[in-house]
Amino acid sequence: MAQAPVLPAGFELPLEPRLPRIGSVDAVALEERAGSLAKRSIKRDAKVFALRLAIRTTDLTTLEGADTPGKVAALCSKAMRPDPTDPSIPSCAAICVYPNLVPTARERLEGSGVHVAAVATGFPSGQYPTSIKVADVRSAVELGADEIDMVIDRGAFLSGRYAKVYDEVVRVKEACGEAHLKVILETGELGTYDNVRRATLLAIAGGADFVKTSTGKISPAATLPIALCMLEAVRDVYFETGRRVGFKAAGGIRQAKQAVQHLVVVHETLGPEWLTPELYRLGASSLLNDILMQLRKEKTGAYQSPDYFTLD
Amino acid sequence: MTRLPIKKTYKLFVGGAFPRSESGRTYEAEGQNVARASRKDVRDAVRAARAAQPGWAGATAYNRGQVLYRLAEMVEARIPEFAELCSGRDEVERSIDRVVWYAGWADKLPQVLGGANPVAGPYFNFTIPEPTGVVAVLAPDEPPLLGLVTRLLPPLVGGNAVVAVASEQRPLAAIELAEAIATSDLPGGVVNLLTGFRSELAPVLASHMDVNALDLGAANGAAAELEQLAAENVKRIVHGGVDVQSPWEIASFLELKTVWHPIGQ
Repeated sequence: MAQAPVLPAGFELPLEPRLPRIGSVDAVALEERAGSLAKRSIKRDAKVFALRLAIRTTDLTTLEGADTPGKVAALCSKAMRPDPTDPSIPSCAAICVYPNLVPTARERLEGSGVHVAAVATGFPSGQYPTSIKVADVRSAVELGADEIDMVIDRGAFLSGRYAKVYDEVVRVKEACGEAHLKVILETGELGTYDNVRRATLLAIAGGADFVKTSTGKISPAATLPIALCMLEAVRDVYFETGRRVGFKAAGGIRQAKQAVQHLVVVHETLGPEWLTPELYRLGASSLLNDILMQLRKEKTGAYQSPDYFTLD
Repeated sequence: MTRLPIKKTYKLFVGGAFPRSESGRTYEAEGQNVARASRKDVRDAVRAARAAQPGWAGATAYNRGQVLYRLAEMVEARIPEFAELCSGRDEVERSIDRVVWYAGWADKLPQVLGGANPVAGPYFNFTIPEPTGVVAVLAPDEPPLLGLVTRLLPPLVGGNAVVAVASEQRPLAAIELAEAIATSDLPGGVVNLLTGFRSELAPVLASHMDVNALDLGAANGAAAELEQLAAENVKRIVHGGVDVQSPWEIASFLELKTVWHPIGQ
């Protein structure tokens, strides 16, 4: 393993002197603001716009031990044409799978514009030697993934070994080559908003193209206050350096209403510029059907039933 | 000093709770302000019914019978209150007897409506009744209590969950019944009672894709229009009577499933 730099580069200031500016998060104000943004009333045209945007930014995900090529193939069809009866519904942004299923997804999605994301680096725990994590990423890229979702080593982060976390992000970014790197913080295990903010900045300093809330394996996952906390860190980096880092909310977003709330938070924190699949993603599986049901309800005026949408 | 009596606020019954209408609206019926449900209350009620239905259908037939029997006990305990809200004691007693009569059917349906069928082949062929799912009921105006009980019990016995729209003019007996149901061991969401304008709520229920059957007993002139809306997902349509009592009433909300099971070496 390469010697981890004592202080991460990438910030114009080294980490230690910068810590005061990394600062601490006012938890009460953060939750209050997230709560008030969640109450925004989004109706009719704006709702349809938001729901279609949510589909365009969705990373349709399946991360089960029981995943088969058949299941991934079905999911790929769904990502390309979410509602088979309505061609006006846009495609999803990407499919997110384990590395072994990348070739299947790649083949199915050829030419569709839907990306293939693979989780790597010992997902979901990240408790593996760095060399194995880097090899994991290399092989996922070789198999055809054009986006890599890595997990940070929470064990290292929580015991204060920030440099190890930083170093791993740097080395994984290197191993990614052309592939986009999303760094999963698993905020549910970080404990405090301060830690979330710190980990977000650390991941960005290490070269993350995207920061992502959670693996989806533990709860709580992508709550609104967590999303807001991370988005504010992304915004601070943008104001400070002009660098645009993407954000992916994943885990626990199952209803269309929640997705719209997340989009409101992004819009109010980073502005409409971030409301594109290049800078914003929603990681979800069951969410998509709920959005499709809402869109069909807007179209037909009748409340919908899951009986008439695909099982996946 | 005289005591200030606590006045009752008449609310909806959705998912085992008594919420006001999400719209905040009320209307006047029988001299009281009664909640006027909106289409979103219908949506919530259907969602609650859908969530509760598998548990209710999955309970043993004996258990369903016992729970409904307890509903009769709860109404029996409030006979005077019910009598004031309908035509009188006689109607309440007939309602209670009807609940008990249907409760007894819970564990007899499979034997009467299903059975083993003779087939020309090496198969054991049998038919079993299964609940239709979520049933929407438009309760009749008269008699206010007996009419509702008559339409409510048949789908319930078979293991369906119900969203009922109470009589527009006479909703108080329905709300009183909701209070008896809430204390009867019936799982929350199995029965949901909405008060409000039938002309506003019925089309939403009829077009709702997650409703599987529609009892149009009290639809009066609007039946044809509602049946058209219900055709979109081919709902089972029932034109129920206001004072009938028969196992075939239950059968209207059951689906017969036939199974072919190979036998022999």
